[in-house]
Amino acid sequence: MAEFHLKVRRYQPESGEGPYWQRYDVDLDPTLSVLDGLLQIRDREDGTLVVRCSCRAAICGSCGVNVNGESTLACKTRLSDAHAYANRRNGGEEPIVVEPMGNMRVIKDLVTDMEETHWTKIRRVTPWLLPEGDPPEREYVVPPESMIDVTQSMACIQCGACVSACLSMEADPEFVGPAALAKAYRFVGDPRDAQHEERLYDLAQDPHGIYDCTHCFGCIDACPKGVAPMDQIMRLRRLAADVHGIDDVNNGRRHEAAFTKIIRNKGTLDESLLLQESYAPGVKGKLKPSGGAIKGLIGSLPTALRGIRTGKMRSLSKLIPGVHPKLPADAQESVEGIYAHAEEHREELNLYIRGEEPDEQAPEEAVEPEPDEEADT
Amino acid sequence: MKVAYWPGCVSRGFTPELHGSMALVAERLGIELVELDRANCCGAGVIAEHNQELVDTLNARTFALAQKAGLPMMNICSTCQGAQSECQERLDADSAYRAHINEALASEGLAYERGVTNKNFLWLLVEDYGLDELGKKVKTPLEGLRVGPFYGCYVLRPRHRLGYDERPERDLYLERVIETLGGEVVEYSGARKCCGFPIVTMNRETSLRQAGTHIEDALDAGADCLVTPCPLCHLNLDMQQPEAAKITGLELGLAVLHLPQLVGLALGYTREQLGMGKHIASTEWVEERLATTPA
Repeated sequence: MAEFHLKVRRYQPESGEGPYWQRYDVDLDPTLSVLDGLLQIRDREDGTLVVRCSCRAAICGSCGVNVNGESTLACKTRLSDAHAYANRRNGGEEPIVVEPMGNMRVIKDLVTDMEETHWTKIRRVTPWLLPEGDPPEREYVVPPESMIDVTQSMACIQCGACVSACLSMEADPEFVGPAALAKAYRFVGDPRDAQHEERLYDLAQDPHGIYDCTHCFGCIDACPKGVAPMDQIMRLRRLAADVHGIDDVNNGRRHEAAFTKIIRNKGTLDESLLLQESYAPGVKGKLKPSGGAIKGLIGSLPTALRGIRTGKMRSLSKLIPGVHPKLPADAQESVEGIYAHAEEHREELNLYIRGEEPDEQAPEEAVEPEPDEEADT
Repeated sequence: MKVAYWPGCVSRGFTPELHGSMALVAERLGIELVELDRANCCGAGVIAEHNQELVDTLNARTFALAQKAGLPMMNICSTCQGAQSECQERLDADSAYRAHINEALASEGLAYERGVTNKNFLWLLVEDYGLDELGKKVKTPLEGLRVGPFYGCYVLRPRHRLGYDERPERDLYLERVIETLGGEVVEYSGARKCCGFPIVTMNRETSLRQAGTHIEDALDAGADCLVTPCPLCHLNLDMQQPEAAKITGLELGLAVLHLPQLVGLALGYTREQLGMGKHIASTEWVEERLATTPA
């Protein structure tokens, strides 16, 4: 047994007062969870503390909270780990900080309303199968590898931790978000579904869709089930832009295509050319620029002028798109060879499915047994 | 200390002051930089959207060039670090996949062997160079300078991929460097958040709202400047700062320093030598504050 200090963010809307912090001490086995700590507080010290939970085994997805600022499940976070994390800077007796999830309205204490930023968005992506024609007389027959491919997104338990951690949603509450987009991939990757292109078109054209994700990786670290929502969003982008060629209004495909082409031709990035080509690609794009292209280019003008004034962009290669130097000729040839090889094969390695090979160089290490997640605590 | 140095594209593009200040700082610290001048772009997370095998092969080539030089790799860009670590994770995990990728490198006489060492300057400074050693080189302690750290997502997350299992304190290194240089760390909510840069051409408003909010939070917390190991964060936080101010309707105006510039100030270089005049947000006050003597 050991003593742990918890600092809990409390809020009771009926009181008319704002949120406040309350400190509690619990005496528990260090291998028990933050949820166990909260439940002991509720049982023995303060029956008014409101927590949502059910299975206590990282299966039901009810107890999403922020522990020390990180979105997670309270039942999957050990008290000892949370204590160590809270104290890694000062090494003292800093409390474990427990708050309700972010990007959601707080109903009471640690309980949030998941309707607006989670469930509404899940429904937004049409989370059911849309097959074509009449159902088969017997079961659908699909290749096992394509079902294995969608297992990662199927592992989602709808806890909302990724939504809570999402930094794009923090800036744009309308962003469809990591949980819903991972769910979208679950159907886009399912061979029984007949609306792949329609689903992708819808999410690529939405200004708050797949191109609103800013690559912050917050959802990957927050997910207690290894769904890696951001990886699913990148798959959706790959499919939308490169398999279905969807030319979205958000510049997503054009930006990616321009970037990829510049590296093939030059080896390193020509930023001026990237800006120009993202908005108005090729001769056609320049002769007949879209409204968005003109707006985008005009929008970036003041920044460019400031860059010229300070000297940041005062060289021909930065002022004139296309002047940027190439790599040495033989190196450039190698890069082009890499493109030819990769465009021919387009292999994708999903470590969630394949796993990592054991390290043949390092001696075998004894693996510490993890407590069984599903064991009754 | 000698490293295979990958400066990345942006440090030679829109943030040339980063490349220049790194060269000065390395010289004074005694870090020999062997520049990988034949290496290619890391893909910055964008080529990965197009074709995963392509980005893995491009970075395998860079790793192989470093291995051929027989040196550990150092970068000065969080985004290079993250994009390259993602590829390295796949390349190191599967020998059959690695062999397939190496087919495309064979014509140049290159091959990637699992386990390249690739560190951002921040990691190298703390883990290999050492803060004690750095402290000894300080000529002009940054006394009274209130510095807000800004890491950039790509050296923070995902923790497992970025070596946090072995080095759990990598997300505290900026604070330690600031303190070692004699500066004062400013705590504010944006230090480990996203600058918004990756979507600036796709959703400008969301992107610049992120940048603007972090700058405002840091100003509210009393920061004199931010410091970042990521030139892409620098583009959104500094170069786009006036635009971020327009979108958020906030009055901004906060200097953003590249990590080598902050180190360089403490080593005794001037603002001019470190290329800080090229920044958009003014750094003119730095001289007076630190009374820097020319190197």
